[in-house]
Amino acid sequence: MKKMGPIGAVCVLGAFLLLAAGAPVDAASEAFKDNIYNPGPLKSRDSVLKVKVGQRAPDFTLRAVAGGPVSLAQFRGKKNVVLSFVPAAWTPVCSDQWPGYNIVKDLFDEHDAVLLGITADNIPTLFSWTNQMGTLWFPVLSDFWPHGKTAARYGVLRSDGTTERALVVINKRGVIRYIDVHDINQRPSLEVLMGELEKLP
Amino acid sequence: MKTKWGIGLVVLAVLFFSLCPELPAVPPPAVGGTLPGVELPGPKDGADRRYLGLSGAFKIPEIKAQAVIVEIFSMYCPYCQKEAPVVNQLFARIEGNPALKGKIKMLGIGMGNTPFEVGVFKKKYGVAFPLFPDPDFAIHKRMGEVRTPYFIVIRIQPDGSHRVIYSKLGALEGVDAFLAAIVRDAGIK
Repeated sequence: MKKMGPIGAVCVLGAFLLLAAGAPVDAASEAFKDNIYNPGPLKSRDSVLKVKVGQRAPDFTLRAVAGGPVSLAQFRGKKNVVLSFVPAAWTPVCSDQWPGYNIVKDLFDEHDAVLLGITADNIPTLFSWTNQMGTLWFPVLSDFWPHGKTAARYGVLRSDGTTERALVVINKRGVIRYIDVHDINQRPSLEVLMGELEKLP
Repeated sequence: MKTKWGIGLVVLAVLFFSLCPELPAVPPPAVGGTLPGVELPGPKDGADRRYLGLSGAFKIPEIKAQAVIVEIFSMYCPYCQKEAPVVNQLFARIEGNPALKGKIKMLGIGMGNTPFEVGVFKKKYGVAFPLFPDPDFAIHKRMGEVRTPYFIVIRIQPDGSHRVIYSKLGALEGVDAFLAAIVRDAGIK
């Protein structure tokens, strides 16, 4: 028993430290209070991309939280499209990323772009989660069933069934112009995305 | 046995630094205490420099005022977005009152926000007081990694010393009541 002492102490203290760590600072908004599940630091990337810049973006039709299906094809010839895949509802970082996008509709408008938020969560979960963000101006789409089919088609479905934190910029012709499969633990900076939209004709 | 404890400590240190890099290193500033000695970059905007009475990099208690209200916020925080008009109202109340203007000053620190992101927030909500970026969370870590919005108020004495008179998470419960409490606790005449 005594021999196990140090190891036991390390385990107990380690567990305590992990618990004490709480949500990472990125999810520090009071809006979510204690409802954010903190999975701890994750493998920064856990998938193999299946699309590339210059290629026609694979089409998809997904159900929106606000109701009805949304297809990528409906924007072709009309709008530039930004796909924002985030790992999962009620997790750190993601819970801040979309509220940030929510106050820059004008910047998306300036670039004639729409934003489509996508996770592999089901509609009820996405409904509850996005309600904490206020009223979102962009559609939030559920890639829940068949589970993560769209994310898998793009190559951003992780081995645990969540999606990467990925941004895909698609021009009006339906061609992919930019892909950022970001470190899942960090929020991509807004100016990089806006810089990419700036490059679109 | 000592060796095993030593190994245990090493393992613990590895656990600590590899798994828990975001552990709060310090508690948030406490009422009656002082602010951590964080240094902010000199304001780029001339109006901000004049407002704060500073030129180069500075520490918050060096601001020319009797009391300073610090809001820790994030462009990405829905509550901070919602609170922005209220905070603007607070600023307008101070600036519109000759007995308070110049004596109570305000600034915001955008935790995890780049200069661009702070700029987006400032423009979106028409924030008229200085906002500073904290892109790598360096200031936020020194402030106890508080949730947002978080408000800290300090009273600055004529000799340059200061103490914290308010340190609280969450929305202000009424601009007038908040301001009255600050005037009282800071002893502003």
